Amino acid sequence: MAADSYEDIAVGKGDTIPALEVKPQELYHAESFWTRWIFCQDAKVIGIQYSITAIAIGLVALVLSWLMRMQLAFPELVPFLGPAEYYQFVTMHGMIMVIYLLTALFLGGFGNFLIPLMVGARDMVFPYVNMVSFWVYLLAVLVLAASFFVPGGPTGAGWTLYPPQAITSGTPGGDGLGIILMLVSLSIFVVGFTMGGLNYVITILQARTRGMTLMRMPLTIWGIFTATVLALFAFPALIVSCIMMTLDNMLGTSFFMPAIVEFGEQSEYSGGSPILFQHLFWFFGHPEVYIVALPAFGIVSDLISVHARKNVFGYRMMVWAIVIIGALSFVVWAHHMYVAGMNPWFGFFFATTTLIIAVPTALKVYNWVITLWKGNIRLTIPMLFALGFIVTFVNGGITGLFLGNVIVDVPLSDTYFVVAHFHMVMGIAPVLVVFGAIYHWYPLITGRFLHEGMGRFHFWVSFLGSYAIYFPMHYLGFVGVPRRYYEMYDSEFMAVSTNYLNQFITIMALIVGFAQIVFLYNLITSSKFGKKAGKNPWKACSLEWRTPEVPPGHGNFGKELPVVYRWAYDYSVPGAKEDYIPQDIGPSQVPEAKAEHT
Amino acid sequence: MKKKLSIFKLLSQKPWDTEQVKIDNYHDGATLNLTNGKFGLRYLMVISTILFCLFIVTYSDRLVYPDWKKMPEPILLWLNTLLLFISSGVFVSAQRASKNNLFEIVRKRLILIGWLSLAFLVGQLIVWAQFYNLGYYISSNPANAYFYVFTTLHGLHLLGGLIYWIMTIKKVWVINEIEVIKAKHTIELCSIYWHFLLAVWIVLFGLMLFT
Repeated sequence: MAADSYEDIAVGKGDTIPALEVKPQELYHAESFWTRWIFCQDAKVIGIQYSITAIAIGLVALVLSWLMRMQLAFPELVPFLGPAEYYQFVTMHGMIMVIYLLTALFLGGFGNFLIPLMVGARDMVFPYVNMVSFWVYLLAVLVLAASFFVPGGPTGAGWTLYPPQAITSGTPGGDGLGIILMLVSLSIFVVGFTMGGLNYVITILQARTRGMTLMRMPLTIWGIFTATVLALFAFPALIVSCIMMTLDNMLGTSFFMPAIVEFGEQSEYSGGSPILFQHLFWFFGHPEVYIVALPAFGIVSDLISVHARKNVFGYRMMVWAIVIIGALSFVVWAHHMYVAGMNPWFGFFFATTTLIIAVPTALKVYNWVITLWKGNIRLTIPMLFALGFIVTFVNGGITGLFLGNVIVDVPLSDTYFVVAHFHMVMGIAPVLVVFGAIYHWYPLITGRFLHEGMGRFHFWVSFLGSYAIYFPMHYLGFVGVPRRYYEMYDSEFMAVSTNYLNQFITIMALIVGFAQIVFLYNLITSSKFGKKAGKNPWKACSLEWRTPEVPPGHGNFGKELPVVYRWAYDYSVPGAKEDYIPQDIGPSQVPEAKAEHT
Repeated sequence: MKKKLSIFKLLSQKPWDTEQVKIDNYHDGATLNLTNGKFGLRYLMVISTILFCLFIVTYSDRLVYPDWKKMPEPILLWLNTLLLFISSGVFVSAQRASKNNLFEIVRKRLILIGWLSLAFLVGQLIVWAQFYNLGYYISSNPANAYFYVFTTLHGLHLLGGLIYWIMTIKKVWVINEIEVIKAKHTIELCSIYWHFLLAVWIVLFGLMLFT
């Protein structure tokens, strides 16, 4: 690593901030194509690498979902898809979307690109470890993808990988390499994420620029920070369960495996507890929902504020809500296990905590809506996606309140109602934020806008299409259509109307999928042919838009690091000439502004 | 020395308040009075602690079942524990020497620590071999399985520590080229990690001994 000296002299810009002594920072310098674009230690490049990899593997999961939907509605069109393949696709679709796409994209992608820029740092504190983190993530993705090509194929145990069925021979991939590759891949992912998380946490806490207090940080950073801390506590549970199940599978231990008879033969396992696995899995699995949701909450707050030209309503409450939701997410995990059977008092406890978590969550929704109230709302594409998120999150969240109650959950748990609920709340809602964020920050990453027409087409088809897919699924759940079934068509115990609905849902899924191809086309072509954006095209206040170059150059902020004088939400300040005052603008530069009146 | 604010005070700040603005403008950007290295080490130790705690939770859940059969306690495990104790003690001495800039002594102490740690790992492998020869296989009983898992995980942590130990010893190998502040910092981090591994082993060994 080459060293570079930046004399970070605090620039008072006519204000009274004294120059502070800051040690020259060692910066990584790329010297060739390989070190600039492949084995790069610059967080911005690593963020892009994470994003491209996550989107690539996410596309695989999208195609799998099309095939599943085809099987459910038009099985005659996919004769090659048998029950084993169906369960394998269900499993891989779920795991890829939750872990390898959403977690990696929000924390590895947006986290890497935005953290140093938004807190006013030149890079992450451990750039080398950060680079290794991406390559370990890529290895995890490759190991997972390799399971498609091994004898027996990938595991078909469902994304929750419940034992004993996950490692028994009747389950697709259960007695072959499929389940092993899945467990190994997850373990590798956790190792890679730990390296990345180390950087996110320490950079946010220790490497902010002058004047950037914690309570001046944009909510995007608060969301990413809290989600990373959650992951720090939750991912060990995943790796512990992976290690123990791998040992059960490969070395014949009985951590999770009870004494069972398999194909008429008594297995050598005895005494293990499958329920213990469920506890470990959901101790990771429920916080995982918020590992995805909290960055989305943060990003959507910023999008709304920028595009409604208003400061975020109740900033402190928004921060508190993020922290409280994060803490509560560790005491609700067993609501995923009601049907596994538990002491009624446990059910009561977990139902209560689940309902309590709705309080800070609702507070955030109210604050987003109040932020919009009397705002100068600009219906840009990022804003459309942000608004779509609010509506979708409320819809998905409310069905969560139903499912949080034991007595409602038990009959609905194994139906399409649950599929509709979790796709709305942690599938569509965060993905809408991902899209909004890409449309918002694309001009910073490439210097160009995404195409407006294609963007609006993408939004409306994705948003309305998602509702066309998932609203009917609630109904399917109510009338008792079970989830996880391979064969739906002409099943005698289902109403005829469910067949038509299944066909409708499948057609809509294909249409929504087509819109994503348009988005990808837009993403690729606009980087070269898109309208030039220039500096700070959205007139935002946060620091990532205040770099001397767009896209931001090496070291992010040129010769001098910015000095922060205000929070990230000084929009429409009374008296100010412009409707925004960036964080690095000192009071003497806007003497007419009356910030205390905002 | 930076004055630390409690998390509650931090979270109750009003960034838009005129008085708070004056205070915030002088903030130098770091939250805690820690080097990045120390912070990173704490981060890793917290994750390892959570990992071991989760294993211990599953251990305590599993041992109540009637098929649990306690393993014997070979004397070699006690000797290995003693080796880890000694290496931790030698680290205290190495750290003291580094504070007094006696890097010749530091180097010797670090080499000794390396040998002691390797001896510990070899000792653990010998215990494994003894158990294996006596028929205590990983699959024969959950108590055996936990023994092998705990010793493997602890051993892997020590191996990781030895990689950092190599980086530490490199920094004091050529006495005339030592960057004193960096070397002292690295020795301190390495030392903290060794004490941590000793603590983890005491908990794991104690757990296996008394349950």
